[in-house]
Amino acid sequence: MHEMSLAEGVLGVVQESVRGHEPCTVRTVRLEIGALAAVECDALRFAFDVIKHGSVAEGAALDIVHVPGSAWCMQCSRNVTIAVRGDACPECGSWQLQVTGGGEMRVRELELA
Amino acid sequence: MCTTCGCGSGETRIEGEQQEEQRRAGRSGAATPRAGGTAGVAGMDTHVHADGTMHSHPHEHVHDDDGRGHGHPEHRHHHAPGQEHEHEHVHADGTRHAHRHDHLQGLDHDHGHDEAPHRHEHVHADGTRHAHAPDHDPGHGAAHAHAPGLTPAQMVRIERDILGANNEIAARNRRRFEDAGILALNLVSSPGAGKTTLLVATIRALGSELPLAVIEGDQQTSFDADRIRATGARAIQVNTGKGCHLDAAQIERALAPLAPVDESLLFIENVGNLVCPSAFDLGEAHKVVVLSVTEGEDKPLKYPDMFAASTLLLLNKVDLLPHVDFDVKRAIEYARRVRPGIEVLQVSATTGTGMAAWLDWIRAGAAAARERRLQTVAALRRRVAELEAQVARGR
Repeated sequence: MHEMSLAEGVLGVVQESVRGHEPCTVRTVRLEIGALAAVECDALRFAFDVIKHGSVAEGAALDIVHVPGSAWCMQCSRNVTIAVRGDACPECGSWQLQVTGGGEMRVRELELA
Repeated sequence: MCTTCGCGSGETRIEGEQQEEQRRAGRSGAATPRAGGTAGVAGMDTHVHADGTMHSHPHEHVHDDDGRGHGHPEHRHHHAPGQEHEHEHVHADGTRHAHRHDHLQGLDHDHGHDEAPHRHEHVHADGTRHAHAPDHDPGHGAAHAHAPGLTPAQMVRIERDILGANNEIAARNRRRFEDAGILALNLVSSPGAGKTTLLVATIRALGSELPLAVIEGDQQTSFDADRIRATGARAIQVNTGKGCHLDAAQIERALAPLAPVDESLLFIENVGNLVCPSAFDLGEAHKVVVLSVTEGEDKPLKYPDMFAASTLLLLNKVDLLPHVDFDVKRAIEYARRVRPGIEVLQVSATTGTGMAAWLDWIRAGAAAARERRLQTVAALRRRVAELEAQVARGR
């Protein structure tokens, strides 16, 4: 979907974050991507590989930490794990779920050298 | 971003931005894929490195048959004399050191990224000159960190949202709308669900009642803005070029020429796409998702993010229900699976069925936006009066 825009967002965050650490090379960019964030990780890796050339992150590897989708079930009052929006509660089968996590799209940390 | 192949953003055109047009007109070396499976685009590309230095070199992009492969197969760097350059070297005994050095006269050299371990001569601060074959990563960056004493690896926690830049601008837009008492609605749907027809009908019904303006998003053409302008309403077309969605910065830019008046309605018609626009906050009060009955009733489950992000679902083209196999009840049930509590209105923009409820929904939202503004203004007045009283007491 919009992975190219996201890759540009990642690079923007990296470029801003290395200011003050320069000169440096970014070895690893660690992202947190939620299961409900609608991000195709393969497409994001591909897009990042394309745009990182000529930047401080040129040699950087993308390390993606997957965060599971979580929701609060209004019927059985439990925190449950869901794979996609629209999933039923795995405990009671109710659709009355309030998503509480898994929408993350975050740059967690950088490994600099 | 690579400006040669134009992938990603950077192709935005907003009506009334002549400067942008001139910039585009002046750009040379447009990428034209050759016939056949492989498209090669050669041209000069200017890269700005992290340290602010800029260099140009020719490079080629290869688009593979399956459209996936896309890289810089060969990419040579020339280090001219006098250019400062940092390098990390791993010595034979495994020690790693980093330092900055100049490419002095006689030491300028070329190398490609693929020539991984290349010989490298450099001069140390004390004047000694030595050469060695550094065992460095072929995919090295422009700035090779090598200041003496730097730890080999340093973890930096940043915890920043990838869309943080978009969200900051969206917050600015939202603040602007709230301060002015503007109700901003972001209309999203797949292509052909009837957003523009619905907007035209809405504008005809409300135009004499409320001041309104429209931002139209499409990849290309100003057809939709032309249709809106034919109703007499003000509209600005944003062409996203390669972009599949509107982003907050495009809205901020479009707001400058559009200058919506206080206590008005602003409709943003997003690019027809049930996927990407869900992730991009524009600063709107609500996303309104339009689903037409000529589509499948399972769309809320197939594209859950858009329905989860929307406050209101407009089931459009209900006049066609007798002719299509569309289960209204099931569509609503699916939408409520991904967003319990989503409001649903059934409308036909062409026959007018159900439009009264939609217009009332807008009126209520506009009234709430005006009310919030009045409350803000009243609160500010009270604060000013308090401060004036304080000043008076201090005299």
